Amino acid sequence: MRRLLRDSGHLIRPAAVLLAGLVLFLIVRTALVPKAFGQYGHYRPGALQLIRQHPVAYAGHDQCAMCHDDEAKLKATGKHAGVNCEACHGPLAQHASDPMANVPKLPEVANLCRRCHEKDAAKPKSFPQVVTAEHSGGMLCTECHKPHNPHL
Amino acid sequence: MIPGVDGFMYPNETELQWSLLIVLYPYITGLVAGAFILASLERVFKVEAVRPTYRLALLTALAFLLVAPLPLQLHLGHPERSFEMYLTPHASSAMAMFGFVYLWYLTVVLLLEVWLEFRADIVYMAQTTTGFTRLIYRALTLGSQNVSPEARRIDEKVGYVITVIGIPSAFLLHSYVGFIFGSIKANPWWSTPLMPIVFLFSAMVSGIAAVLLLYVGSMKAKKLRIDMRCLDTIAKYLFYVFLVDFSLEMLDLIHRTYEADESFRSLDFMVHTRLWGSHVLLQICAGTLGPLAILASTQLWKFSEARRRVLYVTACCLTEVGIFAMRWNVVIGGQLFSKSFLGYTTYKVAFAAREGLLPAIGLMILPFVIFVVLIKLLPPWTAHESA
Amino acid sequence: MDLSRRDLFKIGGKLLVLASAGATLEQIVGAEPAPDAYKMADHWWGMIIDIEECIGCGNCVRACSKENQVADGYFRTWVERYVIEEEGKQPQVESPKGAIEGFPPLLREDVKSFFVPKLCNHCADSPCVQVCPVGATFRSPDGVVLVDKTYCLGCRYCVQACPYGCRFLDPRTDTVDKCTLCYHRITQGLTTACCENCPTGARQLVDFKNPKDPVHEFLRKNKVQVLKPYMATEAKVFYKNLDGAVR
Repeated sequence: MRRLLRDSGHLIRPAAVLLAGLVLFLIVRTALVPKAFGQYGHYRPGALQLIRQHPVAYAGHDQCAMCHDDEAKLKATGKHAGVNCEACHGPLAQHASDPMANVPKLPEVANLCRRCHEKDAAKPKSFPQVVTAEHSGGMLCTECHKPHNPHL
Repeated sequence: MIPGVDGFMYPNETELQWSLLIVLYPYITGLVAGAFILASLERVFKVEAVRPTYRLALLTALAFLLVAPLPLQLHLGHPERSFEMYLTPHASSAMAMFGFVYLWYLTVVLLLEVWLEFRADIVYMAQTTTGFTRLIYRALTLGSQNVSPEARRIDEKVGYVITVIGIPSAFLLHSYVGFIFGSIKANPWWSTPLMPIVFLFSAMVSGIAAVLLLYVGSMKAKKLRIDMRCLDTIAKYLFYVFLVDFSLEMLDLIHRTYEADESFRSLDFMVHTRLWGSHVLLQICAGTLGPLAILASTQLWKFSEARRRVLYVTACCLTEVGIFAMRWNVVIGGQLFSKSFLGYTTYKVAFAAREGLLPAIGLMILPFVIFVVLIKLLPPWTAHESA
Repeated sequence: MDLSRRDLFKIGGKLLVLASAGATLEQIVGAEPAPDAYKMADHWWGMIIDIEECIGCGNCVRACSKENQVADGYFRTWVERYVIEEEGKQPQVESPKGAIEGFPPLLREDVKSFFVPKLCNHCADSPCVQVCPVGATFRSPDGVVLVDKTYCLGCRYCVQACPYGCRFLDPRTDTVDKCTLCYHRITQGLTTACCENCPTGARQLVDFKNPKDPVHEFLRKNKVQVLKPYMATEAKVFYKNLDGAVR
């Protein structure tokens, strides 16, 4: 028995090195694993907070209506009732929080109306669409159609 | 129209995510597994003839294993966070579990086995060298200078056990890489239960061929005699393993063609166009049929020693090209077609970028550099190598 | 008891000191955080899309891009246009820059054609979450698949595992990015940017745990499909009127 120990004693050394490595790893791990990791699942719960903090760019219909009551009322009676203001006017949350500081530019009409209303065979048949080149003879859409209540 | 894209691809698919470096990674780990399995032939299966390459194979495996994580590090968006795989490994992720398989293989199998095998030489060097070299060897002894015959017998026994554990570990090491691809149901080019097996056998082929080439190269460099019995035996095993590998790949091909599922038309078109050169010409013809024909000829007919050497070296070089092409076809091929099966993209290898050709070449040279350092530190040829 | 003015001052002074000490202490220790009005357990998010209503205007793509500052050339959501000429032949599909500027008009009336908006399906059994090696991508308790950008390694395994092509590597952060279902909006009672700006209501955010949500009637009354149902990812984006040719 003692001879066996003497002859295999050197094997303790790599075993000790491995064990030391394992212990070191466990210590490092305890220090470095993010707090509360695994609380809801295999991830850092702080990520949920981080993502929720992203600033909002589109304020939404109701926010616009708070100040722009007239336009909202006009729009509500027409065909564009279901279209969000910002769909044409762009993201306006910044404008809503500080109207004087962030004055939005009015949208460019030419391309804007075309994106929805240019005739395309893939669009549903019931959707109002025209071949704009033939329809207006070069005139801007807003010459005849009021965007907030476009039906003639 | 996006340059290089034919047909329709989902808008985020047009750019390849896994590049040349990810081709390199299974190639390198394959060499490791293959070299180790050749070494185990001698140790466990008592194939005496390949004994001259035993130590060489171990050092080959170690040199390549040390380099294996490097292409991955270069590829990661945030390599500084790669340690997270050990801190919070996701048990359902094959990639995360592989980190531990790698660590296990490196420490408990390879390093331990190398240490046990070379211990007598290390102790001898620690006692006979001077200066800084002596410090290195003394550190490598891990403080024990017991090389009595009884201690060495124990080393033999333990080494044997480690090799026995090492064989399935080597299988696991590379099959796991195959599983990383084979378990992705979203990609029909990758998703097959055959993938781990195909990867394993192609790894064995490339590893055995690599050891043969390194053996011939080292013997020529040191102007020592090449043991032809050893070389013939290695070539024979290479031939048999290659036959299995070839059968498996043909099985995959035949199966796909026969079943002709939704993905088949798209994949077939891809192989005939974008992968024609790398798949049909390089992998199948030059890289598989060529070496198989050469090796078969050496089995069927007698050639002189010199001619056999040339044939073996040629066959092994072609094999390495073929197996590299196989990795390329799996990794890159799997990303060239759209998951809508309606389009294809192209892969242009950058040159001096982080994931470009230049770092790839560097990473392929590095294991050889490490290998040279290792054989200087732990010479694989002992007294029984006669000039 | 008889309180003199002096006594009052003394008592008042002590009370003042106590009050300010308390206030200061509260500042240092931190007041109790306001209870979160949003309870994750009360929600299970998804989306319903009506193919017959989509006009391919690309408003959703633009809105998403602006709301989330999506990297140029990459898409958290996009619209595809299908043109099916003959039965049995492969459909022709296009999505020019993800339809961020809409589509060039298709004038051929003799073919079957329609638009398909696509986004992350926020799968309940998501293959992308399954393969993430570190837990950087995950499914929140309220059913939204998200990416932790401070933890992601950028290995792109999840990009390979997603059957729908909705993930990509954001070159600005070298981490993976994808649709978050506007998590920062829906947790505040707003709807997603894409749904908010869809002019026809083709896309609608839904909450399966809300008994009053229109999704229950939608699923009951219509023939619905998810994309690639054979992948068994339990996708939560349901399409009405989805043609079988859609990939």
